[in-house]
Amino acid sequence: MIEGLLQGLQTALSLQNLLMVVSGCLIGTIIGMLPGLGPMSIIAIMIPVAIKIGDPSAALILLAGVYYGAIFGGSTSSILINAPGIAGTVATAFDGYPLARKGKAGKALTIAAVSSFAGGTVGAVLLMAFAPALASVALLFHSAEYFALMIVGLSAISAFAGTGHVAKALLMTVLGVILATVGESAQFNAPRFTMGILDLQSGISFITLAMALFALPEALYLVLDPKRSNTGGASDAIKDLRITKAEAWQIAPVIGRQSIQGFLIGVMPGAGATLASFLGYAVERNLAKGEDRAEFGKGSIKGLAAPETANNAACTGSFVPLLTLGIPGSGTTAILLGALIALNVTPGPRLMVDNPEIFWAVIISMYIGNVVLLVLNLPLIPYIAKLLLVPRNYLIPFILFFTMMGSYIGQNNATELLILTGMGIVATIMRFAGFPLAPMLIGFILGQMLEDNFARAMNLYDGISFMWERPMTTTMLVFAIVLIFLPSIREQLAAWRRRGVAEGD
Amino acid sequence: MTLERAIAGIFLLLCLVYGYTAFVSMEANLLPFELNMTFLPNTMPKWLSILGAIVGLVVVIQSGPKANAEIDAGEIDYRNLRQYKLGQALLLLSLMVAYALLLRPIGFLTATTLFLAGGSVILGERKFIMLIPIAVSTAFLIWYLVQEMLGIFLRPWPWFI
Repeated sequence: MIEGLLQGLQTALSLQNLLMVVSGCLIGTIIGMLPGLGPMSIIAIMIPVAIKIGDPSAALILLAGVYYGAIFGGSTSSILINAPGIAGTVATAFDGYPLARKGKAGKALTIAAVSSFAGGTVGAVLLMAFAPALASVALLFHSAEYFALMIVGLSAISAFAGTGHVAKALLMTVLGVILATVGESAQFNAPRFTMGILDLQSGISFITLAMALFALPEALYLVLDPKRSNTGGASDAIKDLRITKAEAWQIAPVIGRQSIQGFLIGVMPGAGATLASFLGYAVERNLAKGEDRAEFGKGSIKGLAAPETANNAACTGSFVPLLTLGIPGSGTTAILLGALIALNVTPGPRLMVDNPEIFWAVIISMYIGNVVLLVLNLPLIPYIAKLLLVPRNYLIPFILFFTMMGSYIGQNNATELLILTGMGIVATIMRFAGFPLAPMLIGFILGQMLEDNFARAMNLYDGISFMWERPMTTTMLVFAIVLIFLPSIREQLAAWRRRGVAEGD
Repeated sequence: MTLERAIAGIFLLLCLVYGYTAFVSMEANLLPFELNMTFLPNTMPKWLSILGAIVGLVVVIQSGPKANAEIDAGEIDYRNLRQYKLGQALLLLSLMVAYALLLRPIGFLTATTLFLAGGSVILGERKFIMLIPIAVSTAFLIWYLVQEMLGIFLRPWPWFI
């Protein structure tokens, strides 16, 4: 292994390849900041360039740089303007945006960069050590377990809403899953619930919904209440960059846990960075105590570090099935698989034996991409954070314009913009009434995966018997139900205890 | 009736319509060979409509007038919308609709320039010397980035050019 590692290092550290990774990171960060262009589309756009390079290692190094850059760019738009461009950074916006509003945009970006780096690094180390062993474990996970895992994810999301709001959060989650069923169903390609509208036949697009639920209501809030624009003194956005020692101690255990958990979720084909970031957020929120927990959603640094670490670790984890089995676990790895095949490299069990230099170059290049990203972006953060200093009269039209671009570029369809505006108005009204919007988006994202796996499991077991015939599935489903009722049980217990004390008096 | 309860009520209604479609209309449209298949397009919607109706009902019952009496700091008190800049928000929303409708006919560059400049004017900006060059250059820059560098087509000019 050491020999392969050194070989990989040698390839990755040549001047040409370092240039590749630097330019890849820059391109990725800049384009990734535009909502609507996630890592998947940017890598797809860069593939022709990569193929022109010819040398598989150099090409992969470029793509790895673009990949990490795009993920960081996506977090930037989540944190600064609450516009998560890709599903994996939705959870970043939960606490990243409140932090930016408190005037700590610089700090939030630094935490995002550092925790992504840590997640990626731990991921790369685990990838080197356990790739072959993990591949066989990942195959033990069947669609029934994926289905159960998604249910756990959804109920964990509803459970975060806290006492008294679980039902509302659950309502929004169900609404999200219902929206995900618009279009075509899993395994059948007849339209359903489209109300005869042709544009809905391919379903509601993720990016449109994300913009309508997050960026647009926030922009409207900024318009309605001008006081919101100047909370927290904008000049702090630049000064307050450093993470203090106390904060570092606070987020270190989060990063440690989430890089491992994220990696393991990433290893399972199909789960990927999105699920890892949501579950990471949910787990950390449940582990936090008292005041710490109350901070979640209001600008907790733990709540920002958790999804950022988890999604990067999961991105690295998703390379396990790709490199060892030739199964791409996510959209991005599927595109990378295409690029690899075009470069005459076939990932699979034989890759490590036949082309060890490529196997190791990929892993090392992932790591180098991470390092370069950190080195490149930390000095850039003050300038990126300055974006928030743009006067309100200019900033708001720009935010609105970028949300519209996000949903337009993907589909090249102006109807999408009308859907965006309509859903944005509905979302704003829901926000007025205190309905949490995040569960709806999460329900929507996981809804499609949920149905795919449900369909597969039902076909395999000829019905829903998989729910009780597979012990792991049953355990997870029971856990999901417990999660939903946990807040009200806790409240009941607390009430009983209070009553006990009162009687004692 | 509070807004919260009204939304939950609308959701409940939506679930009933959704459920009706899943249980009745979609069931009636099944093809003969589909009848003995385990998984069908309406399998998950059936489950969802039942779950949704239960959750909707729970929220309708739970959300009394007391439930949202207090409003968190930083949230907007919707019962008092007049104290906010409602006019500006509605104008900006109409501008977005206009952008959606005009984007194809008048082209990306014109539509975007008008949108950015119009948006700033609605928000009260009057420094036209700053405003117009910024709007024009942003529109051009984004168009160049998206179409020329990324190769995603955006029709730049109005239909007659």
